[in-house]
Amino acid sequence: MLAVIVVFDTGASTSTEWQRPAAAPAPADNHVTAARAELGRALFFDPRLSAKGSLSCASCHNPALGWSDGLPTAVGHNMKVLGRSTPTIVNAAFNPLQMWDGRKGSLEEQALGPFGADEQNLPLEELERRVQSIAGYGPMFADAYPGEPITRTTIAKAIASFERTVLSDGAPFDQWVAGDQDALSPAARRGFDLFVGKANCAACHQGFNFTDNGFHNVGVRDSGAPDPGRFAFKKVASMQGAFKTPTLRDIALTAPYMHNGCYDTLEAVVEHYVRGGETKDHLSPNIRPLDLSAQEKGDLVAFMRSLTSAPRVVSVPTLPR
Amino acid sequence: MRYLFACIAIVGCAAPAYAADHLVSQSGKAFSVAALKAKVGDTISFRNQDPFVHNIFSLSDVQSFDLGTFAKGESRQVKLEKPGKLEVECAVHPEMKLVVEVAK
Repeated sequence: MLAVIVVFDTGASTSTEWQRPAAAPAPADNHVTAARAELGRALFFDPRLSAKGSLSCASCHNPALGWSDGLPTAVGHNMKVLGRSTPTIVNAAFNPLQMWDGRKGSLEEQALGPFGADEQNLPLEELERRVQSIAGYGPMFADAYPGEPITRTTIAKAIASFERTVLSDGAPFDQWVAGDQDALSPAARRGFDLFVGKANCAACHQGFNFTDNGFHNVGVRDSGAPDPGRFAFKKVASMQGAFKTPTLRDIALTAPYMHNGCYDTLEAVVEHYVRGGETKDHLSPNIRPLDLSAQEKGDLVAFMRSLTSAPRVVSVPTLPR
Repeated sequence: MRYLFACIAIVGCAAPAYAADHLVSQSGKAFSVAALKAKVGDTISFRNQDPFVHNIFSLSDVQSFDLGTFAKGESRQVKLEKPGKLEVECAVHPEMKLVVEVAK
């Protein structure tokens, strides 16, 4: 007997909505192939593609730290502390919009952003020159994108292809959805009921990726000037301080939490929502104080921990010379 | 003269009757229609049937509006003021899009 049949207010739900599609979506001109993913893996781990040759994509999106960095906010070129936390790239391939504020419309577009910004601090013209100057990349590009030159376009496409292979898999929750009733502890099962019910988490954290791909002000207090979030790109009042709903996949691996990394633990995050947020300016009406017992709070955390993928080994490539 | 006044009064009263109200619901993070044809003076009533908030807006050159966030069971209405093409979205859920062609 299948353990998970959840009925939302909309009346539309089945166990399949909690199951990740087998493959991530990709644009017509950049389907994932083994050659593209391996090229992208090399580029992703290559620190030579930064101003001082010391920072790669993986410096912030570290697979040993849930493809994030374990820091409240990212640290970029010259140890500059940046304004927002590093989001995991797990399942980022399913996001219609990238970045906390959604300003990038695809993985390909996002992949180039950090090179020319405060992270790698390498102008895209110089990025192209450096990749072109490393002889070992030539055959890899020829295999991955035959007939196409080594440019920022193919660099971005390769990194995006690699990122499309970084997917959640084998979490206890997935096993439970697949029919293994013993895969979740009683606490996690109770937590799931709270998650989609009384605690209202599923108002935003929906579907297999636990995100509505939407933008909400959830009442997080910034330590300095308030971060405008999505409002910088959508001049709609409710978008002041609104950020993209992050996936909860592998959430136990990606502390600290929220757009500014203000909470070290999942327990602290739950307490934030129990309080109904810290700040009320432009607060989403989805956020309201919750009356949860200590056991219920613990159950929610137990459920979120059940979204952790099975342990896996990530291979770091020998970089082309 | 009395006859002329009566005609004007009839026209004046009859004109609003031609303004239609177009009901567009939001369910499953989608508008009930992707495109809509309307006329200047018509209204669109947006009704939220989802168990979470929406925020319908348009920043189109022809007309901009922000209906704010509204919850399940609530509606917001906008009057179409000028002819042209309106691109309507939900600020919370950017994948929700509606194109309204407004004729004179």
